[in-house]
Amino acid sequence: MRTCLVVDDSRVIRKVARRILEDIGYEIAEAADGLEAMAWCRAAMPDAILLDWNMPVMSGIEFLRKLREEPGGEAPTVIFCTVENDLAHIREALDAGANEYIMKPFDGDIIADKLVEAGL
Amino acid sequence: MNAEEIAQVVSLCRARAGLKVAPDKTYLMESRLSPVARREGYESVSDLLAAIRARREEPLIWSAVEAMAGTETCFFRDRAPFTQFRDEILPQLSRARGAKPVRVWSAACGAGQEVYSLAMIAQEMMAADPTFRVELAASDLSRLALERAQSGLYNQFEVQRGLPIRLLAQHFEKEGDQWRISPELRELVRWRRINLIAGLKPIGQFDVVFCRYVLGIMTDEAQRRVVQDLAYIVPDDGYLVLGAKESISAVAEAFTPVVGRPGLYRRNPAARAAA
Repeated sequence: MRTCLVVDDSRVIRKVARRILEDIGYEIAEAADGLEAMAWCRAAMPDAILLDWNMPVMSGIEFLRKLREEPGGEAPTVIFCTVENDLAHIREALDAGANEYIMKPFDGDIIADKLVEAGL
Repeated sequence: MNAEEIAQVVSLCRARAGLKVAPDKTYLMESRLSPVARREGYESVSDLLAAIRARREEPLIWSAVEAMAGTETCFFRDRAPFTQFRDEILPQLSRARGAKPVRVWSAACGAGQEVYSLAMIAQEMMAADPTFRVELAASDLSRLALERAQSGLYNQFEVQRGLPIRLLAQHFEKEGDQWRISPELRELVRWRRINLIAGLKPIGQFDVVFCRYVLGIMTDEAQRRVVQDLAYIVPDDGYLVLGAKESISAVAEAFTPVVGRPGLYRRNPAARAAA
């Protein structure tokens, strides 16, 4: 089964995302910030990461830059999922190695669509 | 809506645009016609229909019919036809046409996502090879849809349906809460209001016609008429693209499905000889 790590400081968002992703066949792990997410990745690299931008301790963009430098860290498909919806943030995310980008609010169709878009 | 009003809508849609409206879809009629009633200054859909009966004013009739014809779509819908367009259809036709442009028509373009998806591909290919020439045309029955499509303005949900983020970043600018497609892409497209059952022969030849998810909402008779005209305007080496999940028996005589390419059809030259 494919695995997806959901990284968001909002429990509600993590719950919503978990339900959508489980429905389309993913096994879910959760992290509340970039540092927690990094610990997960070092233990077991997921196939996909759904990543919030603004989080305490370590932001999504900071996590992504670090992840891409880790051994095996280029492998996961990273999809940002954030309220940041301007071109500057989108370009910054792509430059840092994001594969796709979801602007909140999202729904199940958008998540499923973006996973396909990212090649999953 | 009462039975008489329902019959009025069903028959107007059939007569004017060949649309097949199921009489039990009163919810659809209400939801499509309420905005028209409001816009035209009527209290209710019933009042709008009464005014149409009383005055038979063409613009009012068309506003109602056009609203009933609307369909929803998204960027790169069904995906595969666009990959085939880029990798197979365009290169092949471009070689065959030489210095002449490959002419592509997005019929029933709605809010324009299909033709802009094609425009993104065409622009990329023309940038890579300056000898490459593509002409894009888009049409819809609805004047409102055409205005919207021409504006190239989409909300945040629409730009997240089928559009890869790289293409959003490449081709769109943000305008308030909306996203507007680049002037370069908008200028690649010629727009025109076309009623598919009104006779297509005068519009000239098109090498590729995307006519997706529209024949299915038309009556059998209208489907036959449209397909007959499409057979006339698509050359022997041209293509017709229907929805990947559509099954339209009316195309069978004039067009042959391309094996392994759901929705993609080639002209059947034998049918032309017979016609």
